Amino acid sequence: MTPRTLFEKVWSAHEVVAETRDTPAVLYVDLHLVHEVTTPQAFSMLRRNGLTVRRPDRTLATMDHSTPTHSAQVFGSVPIKVDAAAKQVRQMEENAAEFGLELFGMRDARRGIVHIIGPELGLTQPGMTIVCGDSHTSTHGAFGALAFGIGTTEVGHVFATQALLQRKPKGLAINIEGRLQPGVTAKDLILAIIGQIGVSGGTGCVLEYRGSTVRALSMHERMTVCNMSIEAGARAGMIAPDEVTYEYLRGKARAPRAQDWEAAEARWRSFVTDPEARFDGSVQVNAARIEPMITYGTNPGMVVPIGAAIPDKKGDEAFDKALRYMGFHGGEAMLGKAVNVVFIGSCTNGRLEDLQAAAGILKGRKVAHGVQLLIVPGSQQIKRQAEALGLADIFKAAGADWRESGCSMCLGMNGDTVAAGQYSVSTSNRNFEGRQGKGARTLLVSPLTAAASAVKGSIADPRELL
Amino acid sequence: MQPLRRITSRTVIIPSTDIDTDQIIPARFLTTTTKEGLGQQLFADWRYREDGAPNPEFVLNRPEARGAQILVAGRNFGCGSSREHAPWALLDYGFLAVISAGVADIFRGNALKNGLLPVVVDEPTSQWLLQHPGAELEIDLEATRLTLPTGASISFAIEPFARHCLLNGLDEFGYLRSKLVDIERFEAARA
Repeated sequence: MTPRTLFEKVWSAHEVVAETRDTPAVLYVDLHLVHEVTTPQAFSMLRRNGLTVRRPDRTLATMDHSTPTHSAQVFGSVPIKVDAAAKQVRQMEENAAEFGLELFGMRDARRGIVHIIGPELGLTQPGMTIVCGDSHTSTHGAFGALAFGIGTTEVGHVFATQALLQRKPKGLAINIEGRLQPGVTAKDLILAIIGQIGVSGGTGCVLEYRGSTVRALSMHERMTVCNMSIEAGARAGMIAPDEVTYEYLRGKARAPRAQDWEAAEARWRSFVTDPEARFDGSVQVNAARIEPMITYGTNPGMVVPIGAAIPDKKGDEAFDKALRYMGFHGGEAMLGKAVNVVFIGSCTNGRLEDLQAAAGILKGRKVAHGVQLLIVPGSQQIKRQAEALGLADIFKAAGADWRESGCSMCLGMNGDTVAAGQYSVSTSNRNFEGRQGKGARTLLVSPLTAAASAVKGSIADPRELL
Repeated sequence: MQPLRRITSRTVIIPSTDIDTDQIIPARFLTTTTKEGLGQQLFADWRYREDGAPNPEFVLNRPEARGAQILVAGRNFGCGSSREHAPWALLDYGFLAVISAGVADIFRGNALKNGLLPVVVDEPTSQWLLQHPGAELEIDLEATRLTLPTGASISFAIEPFARHCLLNGLDEFGYLRSKLVDIERFEAARA
């Protein structure tokens, strides 16, 4: 048999109808994750056509993007501040009830960011196809699943058929070797990779992260890496499953149990790239040389090591426009720049280990005067765990604002926004203009760098506080 | 959907590269539960000032932009979020095609499903277009050719099935549903 890549194996295992020159493939979807923002129009389409959700058993709905993070609005009697968001939340409840979908609603203990709860429940498994109306669906690729974001029309297609029309993307190997230095995290690794290949370097491709560095990463680190594949323009990012993956999944609420587990694990073990398999391209990354990274511009590819200066590209209009928006100049050092807001959370860095990393720096220290530190756990389960482990107490003692779970300030749909002109050091995934609020200036970093910068009140190298 | 065969229009230029879908339609407008009316918020943060008044410097607020159906933008247009609100907003505003040296994957798929034509051209053509705002173009989807006012005619690539659907005003959904028998057979074989 021809040697195949991990991606090719997952793809062909889900090909209902193979692609031809004239027609795309019909690709089967194992798991469809649903949230309140990108689905109302898809439910309307079903209603208009008198259709049902064909496989509710392969569909899970939650609320994350527009939900409030203030406990009083989630659990108390205080109404949701943003009216339109309240309407969207209500519609999600009505749609889930009408179409018979399992929904982790506003007050459900299992609610959380859609890309956090899939893995947390053990729903995300190797060799699966997973889609969601959200580009960070690439997160689930950390388990060796083929997972990608889709638009609302396609959400409707999956509702009605459990399949999608797709052209087969190319395969790009990201070979990573070398040991990450202390204070350098998976977030720094993926930011460095995006800096290396560019924000459109992965267009048309599924990335497979490979090599000894990747094998040494924990599941939460692998999720951080795969999460930002879309920021390199890639269709998806994947990591082959191994003992780390199986160990993570064992005992999870919706992972296979007892004798089902052995059969599942045996099947999962086949989802690795064969030794002689060929990729359409490859990139080499030296992890040992990576430092804590920080973005300085308005896309995730505009990134430098934290101790470096902003590049000077005189005459490059797009570059100059980005720096003008940020209020920066070429040649300036990043370290020491003033910070107004620090956000720790999101589907990129809202997991328990991210909070533990931040707590390691915040313990016994105070958030600098005048800086707002907002910490939003990725799920309600993570919130409870963080509280049980005493992390929440560390955060509160440091002067941080500790909230209910959700996407929150990553995209500011729920009213958690950064004011115009303010600098936000953020563990999220996008530093686009206005992403965290109109006129907001976002600097993407790891949870360590975020915590260190909150303490110093300016952009800080976390290695000084470890 | 209306069949889309030929677009003849002046261009509007937004030369920025890597225009992400957060610029095309900021997240705070995604709380809508319909597709209609999003054209008002297209490029909202570039188009309107703090007080809500139109920013006279932004191209869509200039008289020459009125009625233009072709948007020309820098490379890697539509990167970022998968929000289909981006093509909805462009179409609702009145655009029928976007020309760029590169279009992001998810945006391209979303655009094609809604009858917004993404046209990817080579870098020299892109540069010519960016330097000639208001150029009268003809986009012939049947022939997959773009004709410049200079008379130059440039072929562009488009996924054949999407082209077939656009030319005939077909919804891809109908084709997918015709494969339900195959989907059922696939599920039965796996069970």
